[in-house]
Amino acid sequence: MQELRDLAKKLLLDKQVNAILGYEWDRRGARPAFITEAGDCDRLVFDHRCVQNLAAYLSPRRANIAQLGRLAVVIKACDARAVAGLIRENQLKREDLVLIGVRCGGVVVNPSDSEQLNAENIAPRCVGCEQREPTLADHLVGETQSAPVGKANRDLRLSEIEKLNPEERLSLWTSLLSQCTRCYACRQVCPMCFCERCIADKTQPAWIESSPHSRGNFSWHLTRALHLAGRCVDCGECERACPAGIPLGLLNHKVARIVASRYGYAVSDDPSRETPIGSYRLDDEQEFIA
Amino acid sequence: MSDLFEPNIVAFVCNWCTYTGADLAGTSRLTMAPNVRIIRLPCTGRIDTLFILKAFERGADGVIVSGCHPADCHYTAGNYHARRRFAVFRELMEFAGIDPQRVTFSWVSASEGGKWAEVVNNATEQVRRLGPFQKYPSPAAHAGEIACKS
Repeated sequence: MQELRDLAKKLLLDKQVNAILGYEWDRRGARPAFITEAGDCDRLVFDHRCVQNLAAYLSPRRANIAQLGRLAVVIKACDARAVAGLIRENQLKREDLVLIGVRCGGVVVNPSDSEQLNAENIAPRCVGCEQREPTLADHLVGETQSAPVGKANRDLRLSEIEKLNPEERLSLWTSLLSQCTRCYACRQVCPMCFCERCIADKTQPAWIESSPHSRGNFSWHLTRALHLAGRCVDCGECERACPAGIPLGLLNHKVARIVASRYGYAVSDDPSRETPIGSYRLDDEQEFIA
Repeated sequence: MSDLFEPNIVAFVCNWCTYTGADLAGTSRLTMAPNVRIIRLPCTGRIDTLFILKAFERGADGVIVSGCHPADCHYTAGNYHARRRFAVFRELMEFAGIDPQRVTFSWVSASEGGKWAEVVNNATEQVRRLGPFQKYPSPAAHAGEIACKS
């Protein structure tokens, strides 16, 4: 932790950046912090409770943050994939940012969760995560971490759902999605949802019905998952932010598995890598087209 | 009146190949099922997955998506992009519980009037077998009314 604070202090004192975007303690665990004074750098922390994806603050639409000028951002491996996504899609310039990578051995689901990370409380998305440290970072801090171990198994949950018959699946999803109040927290917290005007906000024509009933919710969540196809960085923020507790990560994980199996694509923190939707190959499989 | 179920099917077709192909089927006086309503778009690349969802929302029992064969796209690559998009959409749709048999994808060129008639007849037969699509989520389907099975 001292390593992180010293580095932040140095970056601010050398005027390499105007602000550090990192984490600090709060009475409910960790929360995002903007540090502009070198004297405040001792507030910076990082451990398994720092679950938030700070890349969500980097969208150019957030004018109040853009005003701060050059930023240094504390990123985990999954956050680095989001930064890479924003660079890939021309929302950011790599040279405008200093990236402080932190080695990560998995996080809990909520920042207020236990001080101990164990197989019970680790976030399901961290189980099976193979990236201990971001490769995109300028600086790398923290101790070497071992691969996270956990009991949750999203692939198992997916195959359980896949085993149901279509009618059961439809009523399962209708029922899960009927909890949605369309607060759009999932969209606001998502680092990759940066459209100036979202299709869900358009009223003429209203492609996605805005009232929170099953029909509109179904359309919204399927569209959301599709718009994130090959772009979702699996940071789990949508699911964490959802006040209705809808397992949104399952939809994203399903789509990630589809693009992995069809196009051999895994989301990476290499900004030069093309995404599967938006690129194509002449010999793509087309077994479903008559 | 027969009590045979007559499905409503919406076809999203590209202007350059399938629409012209469907026109050819008409001018060639081919007989085909009258259940399909055609919506003409510039290219399969213009067909958003939301069009398909919207068709189901508004009561369609089935959807056909059709455009130029690979390498024939008027805009060079629209159908290649569409192919990827629909491949992912189709699998996600299946995961969400919409029977993929309700959505037919095909390539029909401007000279394939006969193939279009075949696509229309097959899709109509297939959707007729599946029956009306009443299960698509409706505004009435709220938490309390649907037993969560998991």
